[in-house]
Amino acid sequence: MKAISFEAIYVLWLREVKAFVRARSRIIGNLVQPFFFMAILGIGFKSSMRFTPPGFERIDYLQFLVPGLVGMSILFSSMFAGLSILWDRQFGFLREIMVAPVSRLSLVLGRVAGGMTTTLLQALSILLVAHVFGFRIKGVAEFFFSLVLMILIGVGFVGMGVAFASKMEDMHGFQIVMNFIIMPIFFLSGALFPLEGLPSWLSFLMYLDPLTYGVDALRKVMLGISHFPVAVDLSILFSFCAVMLTLGSIFFSQCEV
Amino acid sequence: MLAIEVFSLTKKFNEFKAIDNVSFSVKEGEIFGMLGPNGAGKTTTIRILSTILKPTEGKAFVWGYDVVKQPDRVRRSIGIVFQDQALDDRLTGLENLDFHARLYGMKKELRRKRIKEVLHLVDLWEKRNTLVKYYSGGMCRRLEIARGLMHYPKVLFLDEPTLGLDAQTRRKIWEHIKILNKREKIAILLTTHYMDEADALCDRVGIIDKGKILIIDKPEKLKSMVGKDLISIKVSSPEKMISLISNFEWVGSKKIYDNTVHLEVKEGEKRIPLLIELAQKNSLKVDFVSMRKPTLEDVFLHFTGKTIREEEGSLRERISARIRARRR
Repeated sequence: MKAISFEAIYVLWLREVKAFVRARSRIIGNLVQPFFFMAILGIGFKSSMRFTPPGFERIDYLQFLVPGLVGMSILFSSMFAGLSILWDRQFGFLREIMVAPVSRLSLVLGRVAGGMTTTLLQALSILLVAHVFGFRIKGVAEFFFSLVLMILIGVGFVGMGVAFASKMEDMHGFQIVMNFIIMPIFFLSGALFPLEGLPSWLSFLMYLDPLTYGVDALRKVMLGISHFPVAVDLSILFSFCAVMLTLGSIFFSQCEV
Repeated sequence: MLAIEVFSLTKKFNEFKAIDNVSFSVKEGEIFGMLGPNGAGKTTTIRILSTILKPTEGKAFVWGYDVVKQPDRVRRSIGIVFQDQALDDRLTGLENLDFHARLYGMKKELRRKRIKEVLHLVDLWEKRNTLVKYYSGGMCRRLEIARGLMHYPKVLFLDEPTLGLDAQTRRKIWEHIKILNKREKIAILLTTHYMDEADALCDRVGIIDKGKILIIDKPEKLKSMVGKDLISIKVSSPEKMISLISNFEWVGSKKIYDNTVHLEVKEGEKRIPLLIELAQKNSLKVDFVSMRKPTLEDVFLHFTGKTIREEEGSLRERISARIRARRR
């Protein structure tokens, strides 16, 4: 068996993309949610509170929020893409994939490729909504750098989703991951508020959250402000990605259907 | 050459032996049936033969390849239709087949040609561009059978191919299985807990119960082993009836089941009047008498001491039936 089959990766990718494009209600839902965040939470906070943490004086809360929402969207959709193995298991399709003469690594990479694409489409749609609210990325180079960051964050979380899904027997585990993993990662990521001037226990927890570094790097690229140096963000994101992909592949290759 | 060879295969889940020292073989082009109740170990056997489960002990070869040491070769040689539906219902029928073909590394030209071939074989060509979520249960099954054939496998596994389908649809699926067995000259291993299915389709049948294969032979041979006609006679005291007839040499096996005496006898037609007369002489009330030629159901009863229906309605089947129901 070849270690990596590009045909298999391609066809798994194609399946995800086709299914994504066909689920129109999902696409609309993905646009509506960040719209509400920006229109209500963003404008609400911007109007009712003075947002003056050190270093952030020249931007308003809505601007501050957009990279956070991009991070949130990547977290949710890439974790779901990884966890979609649970659906495949529940509906039997996983067996069809598992008995094919294709290495498990190709199957994981195919899912990562598919999950990454749908994640990226959603993140971009958020930037589109943000554009309506007057949010602008400075230049083309910054835009492409943000794409790279989005891919890094996304790949890591698809890997994490695959790892969790491989260890779970049925769909019940999904709620647990949702409430005990995804939500804390989101709230602790600095998507909604800056890392400056927090109680030490809270900033400690936020330092443990991989998404913190993703959101921080996105903010640096999109707005020119960040808590950590970008080199720190990048090296942590790279390690996170590598660890999660490895874990995902190992757990998935061990799982029985 | 043998399509499948299994030598003393055992699979333990913790201490529970799902299959216990099972041996059998399937010839090229043959339809071999594993007949047994739910939980007998049929699906476990198929999962081992399709390389997704490792055996605890024993050896198994599919098309000459070791299922443990050469899983890739085995996977290329087999097609599988799983007990639970395994289609992506967000894709069309054609897309499901295309997905499969690409996963098996088939080239574009071959893919197109083969998709057309197998869809015609199961009468789904007209419906190829419909999303699978709008397919009926029978259509889904046919599509899965078509998919199992896509990559020209040498051996096809059908795990309960007609579970949960109505009588008419089942007949139709049987027709398709017979046709593809002839046209594709493919060996088929099918599992079923339906007697009529095993009888209608299989060249040879292995009766499996509690993880063990009890006997393997042609359905006619198995039936002739039970051999004689089967008389069921319901009387007021089945125990007394049995003691009355115990001395007749023409009576084969005797069983009381469901308050009814079940006898295996030769030339049953001639014995019925005699049995009734005997019962009445001894003032036993006769409720009914029936006689029939043996079926596989009787073979199963003969070898396991129970009917296959008693074993049905396991949790697993109820769950998968519910999933199916929700999916439709």
